[in-house]
Amino acid sequence: MDKIVKDNRAPVSQKPLVMAKVDKDSIGATVGIEINGNPYKVMLGTTILEACRENNIHVPSLCYHEDLCLAGVCRVCVVEVEGMGTLQAACTFPIINKIKVHTTSEKVRKARRHVLDLMLSEHYGECYSCHRNGNCELQKLAKEYGVDSYRFGHVEKRRYQVDRSSYSVVRDMDKCILCKRCVRTCIDLQEVGVLEAINRGDKTKVTTFMDKPLAEVICINCGQCINRCPTAALKANDPSDEIWNVIDDPSKHVVIQTAPSPRAAIGEEFGLPAGTSMTYQMNTALKMIGFDKVFDTDFTADLTIMEEGTELLMRLKKKLVDGDKNVMLPQLTSCSPGWIKYIEHFYPEYLDYLSTCKSPQQMFGSVIKTFYAQEHEIDPANIVTVAVMPCSAKKFECNRPEMDSSGFKDVDYGLTTRELAQMIREAGLYLPDLPAGNFDDPFGDASGAGLIFGATGGVMEAALRTAYELVTGRTVPFENLDILPCRGFNGVKQASVKLENVKPEWSFLEGVDLNFMIAHGTANAKKVMEALVKGELSNIHFIEVMACPGGCLGGGGQPIPTSPEIRKKRAEAIYQEDAGLPVRKSHENPHIAYIYEKFLKDGPCGHLSHKLLHTHYVKRGKFIG
Amino acid sequence: MIKNKSILFNKDNLGDCLASAFAKNPQDIIMEIRESNLKGRGGAGFPTGTKWMLAAASLSNKKYVVCNADEGEPGTFKDRVLLAEFPDLVFEGMVLAGYAIGAQKGFIYLRGEYSYLLKQLNEQLEKMVNSNRLGKNILGKGFDFEIEIRLGAGAYVCGEETALIESLEGHRGEARNRPPYPVNTGFMGNPTIVNNVETFVTAAIIMARGGEWFTKLGTGKSKGNKLISVSGDCDDPGVYEVPFGITINELLKMVKAKNAKAVQVGGASGYCACSNEFERQISFEDLSTGGSIIIFNQSRDMLHILRNFMEFFVEESCGQCTPCRIGNVKLLEGVEKIEQGDCSLSYLKELIELGKTMKIASKCGLGQSSPNPFISIMTNFEQEIFSQR
Repeated sequence: MDKIVKDNRAPVSQKPLVMAKVDKDSIGATVGIEINGNPYKVMLGTTILEACRENNIHVPSLCYHEDLCLAGVCRVCVVEVEGMGTLQAACTFPIINKIKVHTTSEKVRKARRHVLDLMLSEHYGECYSCHRNGNCELQKLAKEYGVDSYRFGHVEKRRYQVDRSSYSVVRDMDKCILCKRCVRTCIDLQEVGVLEAINRGDKTKVTTFMDKPLAEVICINCGQCINRCPTAALKANDPSDEIWNVIDDPSKHVVIQTAPSPRAAIGEEFGLPAGTSMTYQMNTALKMIGFDKVFDTDFTADLTIMEEGTELLMRLKKKLVDGDKNVMLPQLTSCSPGWIKYIEHFYPEYLDYLSTCKSPQQMFGSVIKTFYAQEHEIDPANIVTVAVMPCSAKKFECNRPEMDSSGFKDVDYGLTTRELAQMIREAGLYLPDLPAGNFDDPFGDASGAGLIFGATGGVMEAALRTAYELVTGRTVPFENLDILPCRGFNGVKQASVKLENVKPEWSFLEGVDLNFMIAHGTANAKKVMEALVKGELSNIHFIEVMACPGGCLGGGGQPIPTSPEIRKKRAEAIYQEDAGLPVRKSHENPHIAYIYEKFLKDGPCGHLSHKLLHTHYVKRGKFIG
Repeated sequence: MIKNKSILFNKDNLGDCLASAFAKNPQDIIMEIRESNLKGRGGAGFPTGTKWMLAAASLSNKKYVVCNADEGEPGTFKDRVLLAEFPDLVFEGMVLAGYAIGAQKGFIYLRGEYSYLLKQLNEQLEKMVNSNRLGKNILGKGFDFEIEIRLGAGAYVCGEETALIESLEGHRGEARNRPPYPVNTGFMGNPTIVNNVETFVTAAIIMARGGEWFTKLGTGKSKGNKLISVSGDCDDPGVYEVPFGITINELLKMVKAKNAKAVQVGGASGYCACSNEFERQISFEDLSTGGSIIIFNQSRDMLHILRNFMEFFVEESCGQCTPCRIGNVKLLEGVEKIEQGDCSLSYLKELIELGKTMKIASKCGLGQSSPNPFISIMTNFEQEIFSQR
């Protein structure tokens, strides 16, 4: 078979346009076109939709998503192109000659209204009982086109059972309008391939292998499909009712930890522009909601750096000095639960490459129910730990049976950014108006290194800031500690840092180039893993992998919508906050020194650390019984 | 077999089509086809020469020729006759098309229900390989070409050329976005021409008899003769060769149809003509057909016929685009409402407007033509249908 199929499972019809090979020199790189009677110049090959949006001409769309390959199936964006008998989908029509386009002619308006009426006739439910009320693209279009009745009827009864089998993702196919954004997300963007359309005509539905519940297929829980669903057909498994219950129960000590990404994005839920940091207002909101303590997950991110960095140095020593063949390099990061489930399903023979460190969320859970409980003399049985995460996979992670090293369920609930925003609204609070509030001791202050875990490359940057200094005694040779090769949104990044004039105890690393890679999104992780399988990565020491595009800031629990632009803004907010923090290296966080002095007395990767902060993985494979 | 006396599909003194083609260079073959004004025989009527020229002009070292033998339009069976009786000309048409556009490989996408022809077709291919009319260095011209037969699995939409290509590649049969067109981005992303069985046979015959001879048949804009498959209420159904321009009345006489009330031209997705339209012509400029002619006499219930067609489209819509997936269901529900005496004239008007939207807003030819029977039957037979209920 030709290359096209091997590289990627998406059918050609859903791939980015393959442009006809034309001689650009002879016709010029730009084309003059006419939209609604006005002249515009656009780049050759631009789609009509892109051309319109560049020039602030509104064309509604639905199945189109900036992150995804083109489908052209919803027909909401149809426009009239002079000389063509039929209307054309603006999202897929490439401009290669001088065309005249009409975006609001009678034919166009009528067709769009018809398309909407048809979609609404198949869309079950009422807006007021829907969690996407106010943030639904179908609802928005209905308003835009003044839909005031169900012209072609409306579904009155449920046709599908809601699939609540997964800890992370809930599927309600009665809300599905078959735009197939989830299919393109799963197959093409993430290359997981759990969701696909089956059957034909009006029997078409998006489903899993053999129509199995989501919990029984190879879903990695990344939730990217949720972020791209225009309606409420996909949502995260919401634990907020149970959390309200424990908050209202005076016998429970309810502790919440907040990850770095939600604070950079939650403002969007309250109408603020993307990239508005809400860290301290969020602390106030959490206190007002009734959480007993508000901690910063960045603290255990710092702890992760200590553990994972030490693990890497130990692996390097065992491999380079002792020649231990059982030690696997490169070491793969293990913070992203979506990535963990991905590798367990897709590369089960390569789990030894993973760092054994738990994710910061899980480390925090076990520290709270052991060290914190002891120090504050609280019965851990009465502690409830909640984690605000940008992530849907964290819900699955905290329910893994092995995550009970404190003797209890380490983390009781994973809560997404969206769900927390809903709780804040329910508490009658408007986040942007709240005063600033601090995190609680003893896990309140964290370093900027912990904070930047939220962006792709952040774990690597944080690890380098610490590991380089540990080995050489000097700070990393980058201005302002900003390790720029780790930043940005390239799918796979690779760079190296030379270790010179090392401390005597690390003499085996003298002159070694520490080679590292960073991948985000499982499609990119797949590229890295394929190279690893082929043995092409033998010179690489450390690889950071995040399951979601952009890293945690683009996680499946973050505010909807998402786009490359929005993720860029969130990353800027995170890096800006890091630059302004007094402590920017994990090992300089005083609370880290304190916990190793008072509790984890045998140091990073010591006996107690291993019990509480490290874990093991499951060879899942792809067999579905 | 073809029932009447054939002029075009007649092998008497035909000569060697492939040798005649190979005596020319590729550009001249395309020029000859363009001069013949041959239009695609599948129904859409795109000029074959233009299609070949565009594919020939596409830069690629891999190109493909695909023969669309997924004859799925209800009431069409003329390609089956060609595949059974003229398999040599089908294949020769493909080889010369491949030679003209610079392709190395051809596929026949054979309708799943025609799998009984497979053995015979493969034998023909083998015969051609043995006689150096297929394979390496064909007729000593230094041109290599192979043909592979692939079977469809019963989806009507796979007769649409881009859905057919998706299916050939092993994907769900769903139409692609056009542009880009298959002539530059087809099978596996390479330039591909997709033509109907009859088009290839006709092209081969044009090579032997000449483009000019061909233009003497037919009408101004519809050159040549056409095979039609006639079924329904007539005494002599079957496959006929007719000149373009033949009127429905002439046709009815030819097939011995009595008391005809309506004629469905172009299959389920075609136009339903009523008796005062029987002087209209079969041609691209008037009533176009890929070959299907279905005759209904006075005893038939038009609403029942329409219901049958709409059930077909609801079943066969691929389901990817909104207008076709849901629109056809709404039209069928409309038919059911009328049956129950439950459809107001204003709602019927609404449905006809919906049908018009489907015709211009659907993604591919299926959804763009599936409202045709609804609109034409509801327009031509509205009084009859409502007076019976």
